[in-house]
Amino acid sequence: MSTYRLSARGILYGEWTKFSSLRSSWITTAAATVLLVAFGVVASAAFDGRTMDAVGLALAGNNLAALAVGVLGVLLAAGEYSTGMIRSTLAAVPSRLPVLWSKSLIVGGTALVTMTIGAFAAFALGSPLLHDGIAALGLGDDGVLRSLFGAGLYLGLVAVLGVGLGALLRSSAGAIAVLAAVLLIVPGLAGLLPSSWGEAISPYLPTNAGGAIMSLHHVDGTLGPGTGLAIFAGYVAAVLVAAAYRLRKADA
Amino acid sequence: MIQLRDVTKRYGAKTVVDRLSFTARPGQVTGFLGPNGAGKSTTMRMVVGLDAPTSGEALVNGKRYAEHAAPLQEIGVLLEAKAVHPGRTAVSHLLSLARTHGIPRRRVDQVIDMAGLSAVAGKRVGGFSLGMGQRLGIAAALLGDPGVVMLDEPVNGLDPEGVLWVRNLLAGLAAEGRTVMLSSHLMSETALIADHLVVIGRGRLLADSGVDELVAQFAGGGVKVATGDPAALRTVLAGPGVTVTSTAAEELLVSGRSAREIGLAAAAYGVPLFELTPQTVSLEEAFMTLTRDAVEYSAGLPSAALQEATR
Repeated sequence: MSTYRLSARGILYGEWTKFSSLRSSWITTAAATVLLVAFGVVASAAFDGRTMDAVGLALAGNNLAALAVGVLGVLLAAGEYSTGMIRSTLAAVPSRLPVLWSKSLIVGGTALVTMTIGAFAAFALGSPLLHDGIAALGLGDDGVLRSLFGAGLYLGLVAVLGVGLGALLRSSAGAIAVLAAVLLIVPGLAGLLPSSWGEAISPYLPTNAGGAIMSLHHVDGTLGPGTGLAIFAGYVAAVLVAAAYRLRKADA
Repeated sequence: MIQLRDVTKRYGAKTVVDRLSFTARPGQVTGFLGPNGAGKSTTMRMVVGLDAPTSGEALVNGKRYAEHAAPLQEIGVLLEAKAVHPGRTAVSHLLSLARTHGIPRRRVDQVIDMAGLSAVAGKRVGGFSLGMGQRLGIAAALLGDPGVVMLDEPVNGLDPEGVLWVRNLLAGLAAEGRTVMLSSHLMSETALIADHLVVIGRGRLLADSGVDELVAQFAGGGVKVATGDPAALRTVLAGPGVTVTSTAAEELLVSGRSAREIGLAAAAYGVPLFELTPQTVSLEEAFMTLTRDAVEYSAGLPSAALQEATR
């Protein structure tokens, strides 16, 4: 009789098998990449010469791409609860938490790779469309590589945020609603606050903090790239910890 | 081996499993019976750690489930027919579970073949019938070649051929020395497969014994006698340990005397008899008697009418 063994590597491989065997995983990943590249190219082509730089234009689709990769994470985590798959999963992995870490690694890694490629593609395709070289830049210019790689990192973290929300709320619809609110609505709410408050709080809002890594030049009233990304990673970690707590303590 | 020791599960104020203790042993098929809502599924979920007991402990091969190095090799479970993502194929579903334990692809193909799913292995599970879903669930339970197999309502949705397949499969597994436990709310069907029966109602243990003992325990149904002179027969049969009850104008139910003894006594005293019928109890009747007070969802019949209906 052969002896099998539950291992961290095996759990990661199992989660990859789950991720890669669902059509929706690939459709959502492709949608995120297309959104990022297409919006970058369109924004570059439509550029009228004010206030933007080539990197900002190339990454014009980052908010929509963030929504797509976030949904990718939500579907992988919350989808287990809506289908009942979670019972099979946790019967195989009764220690539970490695499942959450593995899902985060796989979705985060997939988003990191595809979104980094997408960011470079948007920059490469968009730059030649900028007329008269007003805002044109090369990869060698200050901050360009940092911004493009940073976009991949930020979007990778958004995907992990999706996993955390999905596992915490155990409902695809609920988690997508919260995700959309964080990405699209919360940034606008700062404007409703008294201006002194708004200015103080605004840089620390998730998307503003995370977005700092993608901005070519430091803008007043925003955080530095490293600090901003670290704060965003902190938000993601907090959600993930809450999800881990629920996964560990609650009946499946 | 599956051991439950004083396991209690409460959801808020509702006690679903109430100080339940029993053991499912290797080499035999243990039938786990109870009416709907008796707490069978909750108990099985606690065995594999999906639900945590409020108190007490459930052990698989002497340890808590999560403490095993290869859980799927200790116990294989079928919990619900569709604990599967409908967008995945049968093969992908099994592979995703197998890979957590380093179980090779060869074994996946083997269990697919064993479950008779070879033709649909590459099809998405969403299109499966209830029966095919059950077969996939059983294939998943066998994946790790486990020493203990625990199945929740395994024959649910299976056609007669499928039912026979499950019966033979489980008997084979027990014959190999494995522990087999299956739940059902159908006693007669379970008695065909099981060696041992554990019956619960409202989360409490009602019976824990061999199939034959359980039937014998409920077989003392007495003898139905129809006579032209019930009063005389009562006098004739009176004695220590004998109870006679009247069920109709010319009918008596006698316990404590065999049909032969009653017939001989009646003949000796010239009491005319029209009928002399030993009352046997079917498994289903025994089950209903056992669980009568513990039925969670009855059809709203007054209990006397229910008793009458079970006669």
